[in-house]
Amino acid sequence: MDDVAAKAQALFVIGSNTTEQHPVFGAMLRQAVIQRGAKLIVADPRRIDLTEFATLHLRQRPGTDIALLNGLMYLILENGWEDKAFIAERCEGYEEFLETVKQYPPEKVSEITGIPVAKLQQAAEIMGTVKPMAVMWAMGITQHIVGVRNVMTLANLQMLTGNMGKPGGGVNPLRGQNNVQGACDMGGLPNVYTAYQPVINEEVRKKFAAAWGVSEAPRLVDDNHTIHGLADKVGLTVTEMMPGLLDGRTHALYILAEDPIMSDPDTKHIRHCLEAADFIVLQEIFPTETSHYADVLLPGVTFAEKDGTFTNTERRVQLVRQAIPPLGEARQDWEIIAEIAWRILGADAASVEHGPWAGWDYHSPSDILTEINALTPSYAGINYERLERGERLQWPVPNAEHPGTPILHTKGFARGKGKFMPIDHIPPAERPDDDYPFVMSTGRVLYHWHGGEMTRRAESLMSLYGQALVEVNPSDAEKLHLVAESFVRVESRRGVIEAKAWVTERVPPGMVYANFHFPAASANELTQAALDPVSKIPEYKVTAVKVELV
Amino acid sequence: MPHLTINGNPIDVPEGTTILRAAEKLGITIPTLCDHPDLTPYGGCRLCLVEVKGSRNLSASCALAATEGMEVTTESAQLTEARRGILELLLFAYHDSGYADGQKETTQFMRWVRHYGLDPVKQQSANPYHPVNSDSNPVVWVDMNKCILCNRCIRACAEVQGRFVWELAERGFNSHIMAGAGAGMLPGRCESCGACVAYCPTGALDNKPSIGAGLPDKLVTTTCSYCGVGCQFDLNIKDGKIIRVTSNPNAPVNGMHLCVKGRYGYDYVHHPERLTRPKVRRYLLEGKAKSEIREERGEMGDTKTNHLSSHPPVSALWDWVETDWETALTITADKLRETRDHYGPDSIGILTSAKCTNEENYLMNKLARQVIRTNNIDHCARL
Ligand code: SF4
Ligand code: SF4
Ligand code: FES
Repeated sequence: MDDVAAKAQALFVIGSNTTEQHPVFGAMLRQAVIQRGAKLIVADPRRIDLTEFATLHLRQRPGTDIALLNGLMYLILENGWEDKAFIAERCEGYEEFLETVKQYPPEKVSEITGIPVAKLQQAAEIMGTVKPMAVMWAMGITQHIVGVRNVMTLANLQMLTGNMGKPGGGVNPLRGQNNVQGACDMGGLPNVYTAYQPVINEEVRKKFAAAWGVSEAPRLVDDNHTIHGLADKVGLTVTEMMPGLLDGRTHALYILAEDPIMSDPDTKHIRHCLEAADFIVLQEIFPTETSHYADVLLPGVTFAEKDGTFTNTERRVQLVRQAIPPLGEARQDWEIIAEIAWRILGADAASVEHGPWAGWDYHSPSDILTEINALTPSYAGINYERLERGERLQWPVPNAEHPGTPILHTKGFARGKGKFMPIDHIPPAERPDDDYPFVMSTGRVLYHWHGGEMTRRAESLMSLYGQALVEVNPSDAEKLHLVAESFVRVESRRGVIEAKAWVTERVPPGMVYANFHFPAASANELTQAALDPVSKIPEYKVTAVKVELV
Repeated sequence: MPHLTINGNPIDVPEGTTILRAAEKLGITIPTLCDHPDLTPYGGCRLCLVEVKGSRNLSASCALAATEGMEVTTESAQLTEARRGILELLLFAYHDSGYADGQKETTQFMRWVRHYGLDPVKQQSANPYHPVNSDSNPVVWVDMNKCILCNRCIRACAEVQGRFVWELAERGFNSHIMAGAGAGMLPGRCESCGACVAYCPTGALDNKPSIGAGLPDKLVTTTCSYCGVGCQFDLNIKDGKIIRVTSNPNAPVNGMHLCVKGRYGYDYVHHPERLTRPKVRRYLLEGKAKSEIREERGEMGDTKTNHLSSHPPVSALWDWVETDWETALTITADKLRETRDHYGPDSIGILTSAKCTNEENYLMNKLARQVIRTNNIDHCARL
């Protein structure tokens, strides 16, 4: 982030409301514009705060990012602004990609996105001529049925302009939660172990089986079930586990500090799913909305009561230090997990053999990090001594002497050459129609965080933003006869919420914006589980709704 | 690279370096108030005066660039006298109404007041000129009686947060700082980040939720629990409670800066709704099956509206019962093992957490794969 803040000459922010979602980084972007005169292009249907500082605001219709980006690349190519040397030396798949981009002349793109041709041209000129340019994106890019395709299109743009792997350039995804990066790095995903080692790779499985003492020999556990070694198929994502509770694929859940009732799409459906579970154990700090469906509640602790590490959005591993003892009888989360693990194993001792990391006998988070070091190449050299000494480590850190890697892909891409992908625009799954004429997009606000479990219990934040607000454009407000302090009813094919309207130019006519911080009016009552086929991320950013005055 | 000496110590510094920064490099402290290394030099308070050989006037070192051959003195009887005079004047216009702001001992202003032998109680203004707590912002406390017009809040808001809430109003004796062109902070589009508080050297701007909390027993540097930027800060702990968050200038990502959630969103930690004992549903303790509750509920009619969680509760078997850890852990482990053994490992889903540490996530991954033998593990990165 500091290289972007200090070195980027152009900043392209798309699908990220940076000053509200990543406020301190958002402030750095503002300063890059104010103090260094960096050119800022914001592409967002909403007039987010950052647009005040932007050289250009491209207000594309929701769900038309690919058309927009292809159109910009068309213009970059038309003017010969592409980085020919970079493309020739470092990339492949160029010809096929060109064929696709040729289908996006500015007039057509303007029609799809609603952005005037002249603005497209201005944007292309900045992108084609000002270097280095950094691209920042967040959930506004991924939370679409074409999320993965959106991301690849941004990579195309940065390869085309030769901005990949350069200080002040690159594609910079901004991770939403404090440790999304770490949860992914640590194998909290259905397809990979730590450091993205694939579960379907036999070598990798052997490595983990040996380390964890898992034998391949099948074992009869029940009259009709045998259990084998490590599972060799990709597992279910959260967006598949939930419906699995209804169709009988999933029977029990162990949930650590997550609140699917607030954070998953189509809340009514999620309630049905959780309701159908045979058993749910929830490890949490508060009686969240999800706790109503749990069978067992185990009290864990907050960040102030624990030691450990978080990994930020730029792969920086940092210490979390215990400041106060756990409240009441609450216990360290790592201890609780280990207690459950060894109890399951205890009654089933034969299932695990000797292995250097087979046991669950940890005395501290530092012990656990030592095990992570042994099994996770990118974290091999990260330990508490180094972090305590104040070393600043961004993974990969392959050994204890390695200084870390602030910028990825400086010399080449992980897979050899960067591959251009030919990607076409696909419209969103649900589009406005006569019955549901508005587009609703969802997200968070500056003062709250995710399902609001913590921020709704923080007095200062509640006095700054104490109830859900739905953003409505003034022209729509007039048609709907809204006055100051009006409440609106927002209804989709799946549910309905009522919330206070905030009449503002932030949203364009025909669009409303709602958040999911408050259980009484959570946008996820309305959203749908239309998933990106690869990432399985739901399309939160486009839902067709109708809006009425209450 | 100008070469100069400060108190007789030679040093080479890059062109444009101020005398103040050059002195810092030599480990020499010059008293300052309006200067802060993160902010553009202002040269307003003149506490940082030094003597430069060949110059008859004393110069403000924070605004004076080093030049070749300079000979600078940072301590002398004349300088001490001048600095004491400046502090006396500032103190004369300062009034502390005596509330426990928790920073009194430690503000930069009080440090220099004491250092130069002034008596903050006897030498301060006898009466307040302004109401204490004069802004309605819920997190920023404004007490203009303590303002010394160092201008740091104005620069912090503009140069760190990029919000331009504060400005200097009027000139001369009536000069004062003003938020939102007189309308106040929030109407002036303040984002309540607290940067102006963090940079204020007197406590004129303070953390409103912490007024009265006093001094901490200890500071613990840690990483924010909200977004992925990864800011670090110091939790101020007193009697086992977080009483405020303060900036830690060494924080790798954010330095002194934080956002409203990081700086003011910590009190959930002590919220009365915190879970402090394990709980299990009564049916689990009575050796009943969950299906019995479902049957009972079925008899009550509409299953659609009769959620297990509906109020009043559908069944006493679904009531929460607080238990000891052993009971809760044993039930949990038994249920997970039975489910696995009966329906197979892939009948269990593990939701790990983007809010938890790497170590905790690693263990969830190990539990799913080594213990349960499933790859059904995910978290809300997608959501
Ligand atoms: S709290 Fe932040 S935004 Fe508000 S006035 Fe202070 S520095 Fe500016
Ligand atoms: S202080 Fe704000 S910007 Fe920094 S990590 Fe916390 S939530 Fe993110
Ligand atoms: S610190 Fe130099 S004039 Fe204030």
